[in-house]
Amino acid sequence: MLEGIFFEGLIYSLMVLGVYITFRFLDFPDLTVDGSFPLGAAISAFLLINGFDPFLSLIFAFSGGLLAGTITAIIHNKLKVPGLLAGILTMTMLYSINIRILGNRANVSLLKTTSIFSFADSFSNINKEFFIIIFLILFILAIKSIIDLFFITDLGLSLRAMGNNEKFIIQLGINPEILKIIGIALSNGLVALSGSIWAQYQGFSDVGMGQGIIIAGLASVMLGEFFIFSRKNIFLMTSSAIIGSLIYRTIMYFGRFYGYYINITPNDLKLLTGLLIIFSIIISKIKKREYL
Amino acid sequence: MIKLENIKKIFNQNTVDETIALNNINLKINEGDFISIIGSNGAGKTTLFNIISGHIFPTSGDIYINDKKVTKEPEYKRACYIGRIFQNPTIGTASNMTIEENLTLAYKKGMRGLKISLNSKMRKELKEKLSLLNLGLENRMTDLVSLLSGGQRQALSLLMAVLSKPTLLLLDEHTAALDPKNANVVLNLTEKFVREYKLTTLMITHNMSHAINYGNRLIMMDKGEIIFDVSGEAKKKLTVEKLIDNFHKIRHTELDNDKILLE
Repeated sequence: MLEGIFFEGLIYSLMVLGVYITFRFLDFPDLTVDGSFPLGAAISAFLLINGFDPFLSLIFAFSGGLLAGTITAIIHNKLKVPGLLAGILTMTMLYSINIRILGNRANVSLLKTTSIFSFADSFSNINKEFFIIIFLILFILAIKSIIDLFFITDLGLSLRAMGNNEKFIIQLGINPEILKIIGIALSNGLVALSGSIWAQYQGFSDVGMGQGIIIAGLASVMLGEFFIFSRKNIFLMTSSAIIGSLIYRTIMYFGRFYGYYINITPNDLKLLTGLLIIFSIIISKIKKREYL
Repeated sequence: MIKLENIKKIFNQNTVDETIALNNINLKINEGDFISIIGSNGAGKTTLFNIISGHIFPTSGDIYINDKKVTKEPEYKRACYIGRIFQNPTIGTASNMTIEENLTLAYKKGMRGLKISLNSKMRKELKEKLSLLNLGLENRMTDLVSLLSGGQRQALSLLMAVLSKPTLLLLDEHTAALDPKNANVVLNLTEKFVREYKLTTLMITHNMSHAINYGNRLIMMDKGEIIFDVSGEAKKKLTVEKLIDNFHKIRHTELDNDKILLE
């Protein structure tokens, strides 16, 4: 039972890392993720049905996300529209594109295709879940390490400065538009990767699976910062995103399975998520007032 | 050498709000010049800086830097060889990053790659540079910049601006938001850096004695025009009184001219 939390939390943690990058580093609330999560899932579904290698499909899903993020950034840069609107535009257009990728269907089953988890099929049921969790932990840690490394490079440093102070970036002789493209693309790449793995794990790709992803991501980011808060150490920052994802999924898990005692149905989970964010913000405000 | 030719900047052109911010500015800035610029509010000092830095483009006229026409070059490209410090100390740094990260960013201008520059060798070098400020910041390399005072931040901005040895340094009232003690610290550092690195510098100030005491050349602006430009020996002899006299004399003749025109 509880291993379900780990599966969900770990797979979604890639999405939370993506949201963390736009939300905390770029200061760009990016709604594209509601479209790039199912985009990653749809791309993988299409490729798996056509017999591609599941790991290769991850690379294509990631690239699809990069492209989606690039489009949002270009809309924002060139049309000078606010980031929120640019994200909504891409997200809405992606809804139609995702249905096309899925072959004009809203839902595609992947139960009969191979997945990145197929390697565990040879193990007995208990071992299988154990190995999948180990595999996921290693996979997430590898991606996290790459991100940690990226954000201490010169380019990574300039991306972090970007959300802090755009004028400063211009003074450094850097075109902020290019940094926005890199940052938002990277973020959506991770989100699409997360969507691709999630689809392979649950055995289907659904066009509606992206609904509320941004809110879940934000809630996870904020919950994570209660436990590990840092503005300096990139290792701690990405760790907090992953921890936040696990905590959020734990809360949602209990909401789903034990919520009926207090009359919470699965339909109330979005409400629960929203309230979670509101409470997180209130608590962090109270904390700040105490320390100032 | 930087050359401005017939620079004109009109805001809200062809509307009722039309304002001429700069009117036929011709200015030659020689290499090594340290020019202080004074003038009342609305004289066009900051507009002049915005045009030189490429933040806005002139309505007409051209800008040459080392004989290269840069009139339409975007601000971020020009920033590679023009350093600028603003009145607001928060503009020149990234506050949610550490001192060493800020300095690393400022070490080189232009787009970055995937190199990791912030290593122990770099840290040692940055520490040496920071000790030039004499503010003890070299022992706080991993502190967030948001923890620094306005004066410390402005001194850090100054160091960051000169690290890349810009062709031209623009100081836009960079001590105006500081208390007198910190303002003096930053001004003395400014003079030290300008002298040591032989930086060509333009400095806007509202403080006439600063304008007289610092630099080898003084420019006075009024209503979008340069009305007074002294350098060398003539500048050394200037006093605040003479400067105000001069200002009134020039303004007065203008008024007289207007009167003549009206009659």
